[in-house]
Amino acid sequence: MSDTRNADTDGGTDATTGTDAERFEAVVVGAGPGGAAAAAVLADNGVETLVLERGVEAGSKNVSGGLIYAGKSAAYTADDLFPGFREEATERPVTRNYMDNVAGDEVHTIDLKRVHEHDTAWVDSVLRRRMDSWLAERVHERTAEAGGGLLTDVRVNGLLWEDGEAVGVTCDKLDPIRADVVIAADGVNSELARAAGLMDWEEPDEWFQGVKAVVDVEPDVIADRFDVAEDEGVARLFGGDLFDGVRGGGFLYTNRDSLSIGTVFHLDSLAEERAEPHELLDGLLTHPHLGQWLPDEYSEREYSAKLVPDSKKVAHGSPHRDRMLLVGDAAGQMQAQGPIIKGMNHAVNAGGLAAEAYVEAKSRNAPHSAGELYASKLREEGVMDELRPTRYEVTRRLSESDAVTNVLDSVARSSVGRFGLRATGGLAARLFNSPFVLGMIPDTRTSYVTVPTVLAEELGERATGANDADPPTLEERIGELTYDTDVGNPHIELVDESFEASGVAVTACPVSAEGFGGGCYREETVRVNGGEERVVSLDTQPCVECGTCAVVADTEWTHPRGGKGVAFDEG
Amino acid sequence: MHTVVLTKGVPDFREGKVSFDEDGHLERGNTPTTMNPNDEHALRAALQTRVRHGGRVDVMSMGPPGYTSVLREAMESVYADDLFLISDKQFAAADTWATAITLATAIQHLGEPSLIFAGFKTADGETGHTGPQTCWCLDMPLITHVVALDVDEEAERVRAKRLVEGDVSEIETVEAPLPAFVVADPEFEPSYRTARHRLERKRLRAEARERAETAEEEVTFWDHAELNLDPDYVGLDGSPTIVESVDPIPKAPSEREATVVDPGDPEAMGEVVDELAPFAGGD
Ligand SMILES: Cc1cc2nc3c(=O)[nH]c(=O)nc-3n(C[C@H](O)[C@H](O)[C@H](O)COP(=O)(O)OP(=O)(O)OC[C@H]3O[C@@H](n4cnc5c(N)ncnc54)[C@H](O)[C@@H]3O)c2cc1C
Ligand code: SF4
Repeated sequence: MSDTRNADTDGGTDATTGTDAERFEAVVVGAGPGGAAAAAVLADNGVETLVLERGVEAGSKNVSGGLIYAGKSAAYTADDLFPGFREEATERPVTRNYMDNVAGDEVHTIDLKRVHEHDTAWVDSVLRRRMDSWLAERVHERTAEAGGGLLTDVRVNGLLWEDGEAVGVTCDKLDPIRADVVIAADGVNSELARAAGLMDWEEPDEWFQGVKAVVDVEPDVIADRFDVAEDEGVARLFGGDLFDGVRGGGFLYTNRDSLSIGTVFHLDSLAEERAEPHELLDGLLTHPHLGQWLPDEYSEREYSAKLVPDSKKVAHGSPHRDRMLLVGDAAGQMQAQGPIIKGMNHAVNAGGLAAEAYVEAKSRNAPHSAGELYASKLREEGVMDELRPTRYEVTRRLSESDAVTNVLDSVARSSVGRFGLRATGGLAARLFNSPFVLGMIPDTRTSYVTVPTVLAEELGERATGANDADPPTLEERIGELTYDTDVGNPHIELVDESFEASGVAVTACPVSAEGFGGGCYREETVRVNGGEERVVSLDTQPCVECGTCAVVADTEWTHPRGGKGVAFDEG
Repeated sequence: MHTVVLTKGVPDFREGKVSFDEDGHLERGNTPTTMNPNDEHALRAALQTRVRHGGRVDVMSMGPPGYTSVLREAMESVYADDLFLISDKQFAAADTWATAITLATAIQHLGEPSLIFAGFKTADGETGHTGPQTCWCLDMPLITHVVALDVDEEAERVRAKRLVEGDVSEIETVEAPLPAFVVADPEFEPSYRTARHRLERKRLRAEARERAETAEEEVTFWDHAELNLDPDYVGLDGSPTIVESVDPIPKAPSEREATVVDPGDPEAMGEVVDELAPFAGGD
């Protein structure tokens, strides 16, 4: 009511033509690490920059595992761009890294020190609400100085087109905005990348889904159980037969006064196995091996989930169109180096490079060439090769075929294979520590499930001690989340409600489950013409905006309108 | 653009601490004061004007010294600049007319503001007179029940949408030359549809948060001497309204007595069930 009433007293611009649109030199969409880095570099170069973030606060929509890396060879890192970053925005420097291979109760641990330190200046654990809102404050100060600023609670809902060219953005609550350059750092569910035809959400095997619990722990309990000082932290990864054969793994990172424990799975595998992400997470949380680290009283601060792109498959070689440049997850720049996940650092680096490209292009009086320049910087800086290693392209065709996987699996499981692994236990550790090998690791059962399982069976030791953690039910987890629901304005529409087309969403959606009526997707049987039909129905109220159903089901998917939907407190 | 907002402190009825003396007069000393809820809309309208057109927003109130907390609230919520409290024993017990004369004089004292905003009636008196009467004293055009407004600085005109007879479905657009007096309706919705307006609002918020820390010390007090007002024309002496009597607000029903029942005592629980049984049948 009030919107329409006020429209013409606002000097209303025509949202369709945008002829009258407000203008900024640069518009950055999204205030995650990618957007923050881009905006900082633009502002520092005197570019008038407006940053638009849809969350009520930067970080309220974001989830990561999360370890933020600073690459030694990266052009831009978070602490370079934002002085004080490590002291004020992160949780703990990670000083120890392990991989735990699990088979039943048997656990075999590999020290991942080497791979972890490869080309790494530092690694810190982070929680996104805290980190992103800290960054956003700095970004606002710096962009305001250059004549712009950062606004939260504004969702960009599309591109502003003029003669078939994208020349700016349109928003839910603001008049259209023109810009000489648009940096789309709007994350994995980038509506802008889709609008520009640079990304589709068709193939489940191009994505991972991550689910995470933040567990409340006193700092002295962390010190005690992990044997670390205040300024030290631990990262552990988990693989093996913990996850019902679903391809992927688990992680545990120490924060200041909490633990981030989660799982990341190939979305195609999750969908195929009809696995329930929250149950797989519970499998990890309640495994006897984890008992030694969890506090006596298990208490979860937050349950969260999100998709991540697999850069090996979707990193865009030429992530730009017209005057829009994609950075970070929006460009598919999320690197899964075997079990090690690197997305935030690439987003920061790409954000910096995109901004730099624009500044250079402008100084040559050719702002339109910013996109090309950015793409060539990604290549020249070696970013593209890290994201999509050529050797992976070569090995994948062979290793990802079912026939080869089955043979390899059988070999690994055979007595010969077992003997080999026993004999070369040390070698396995060296292989896991090789970034070169990890870069070409095939995304198959063999590497995620079989080898870790056999390693644990052959070389592992029985996990002693008890784990009496009692994680909350899905219903309790959803109930604890903060939502500003958009009743009557669903942000997802189910296009095909048949079970064949969209049924997998019931299990794959992290806040839905088979036989559970309080989540987003539900299976229903309806009577049609005397017969019965299985259909799915959707209620978006408890949606955590992970994006899963956009890929696995037949939906029209957008983000909730500005500021609406879930707001994570931890992330 | 210089705007002034009139706001009033009212007893905070929510606290349930309102008390009256034997004659039925409100005992202000014992009742916490809060900003009249309807004034917030006036403040929002003023803020919207400032965000879009720059300038300043001054907030003015007439009342006892304790009203400084209300002025501080105004500074925090809508980032007001200067705060004025018209306070003097001589102004006590003023009716709306005497208040209007006092406020109008104080506004003139400020110079010539372009827009003056007032809220739609107070939560205590509920007359809705003060705004229009002040406007009459100032001899300005008056626009009431305003739900949206825009200023054309060049033409020195204000254009507003107002509810006709308080009905949301009937809205008329009116225009007036500046300076003008605007009474904001509770339906008033500020709107910031451009990024620059949003950024400006954010900037003002950050600035005001700092200022608000010392807001109560920064209030400017004016008494009758400062405003050159004749005591015969203000306060109780200047009030033509005579209050015949005041009906006290009926008390809430007294709290019922509670009986503590031990759930482990079967006999006591039996009694509870007997008590509840008739209701279970829908009686
Ligand atoms: C479970 C899990 C574990 C992970 N672990 C790690 C890890 O350990 N280390 C690591 O480096 N990476 C990890 N990642 C990946 C990492 O989170 C991402 O790669 C990284 O956040 C990408 O940064 P970005 O700036 O591109 O996008 P994001 O951080 O996703 O930020 C995008 C921003 O854009 C905003 N936005 C989106 N759409 C709009 C719109 N239309 N209008 C306005 N604003 C919009 C969002 O609200 C958000 O703030 C993990 C991810 C998950 C899910
Ligand atoms: S409804 Fe879709 S986007 Fe929302 S939580 Fe479920 S799978 Fe994720």
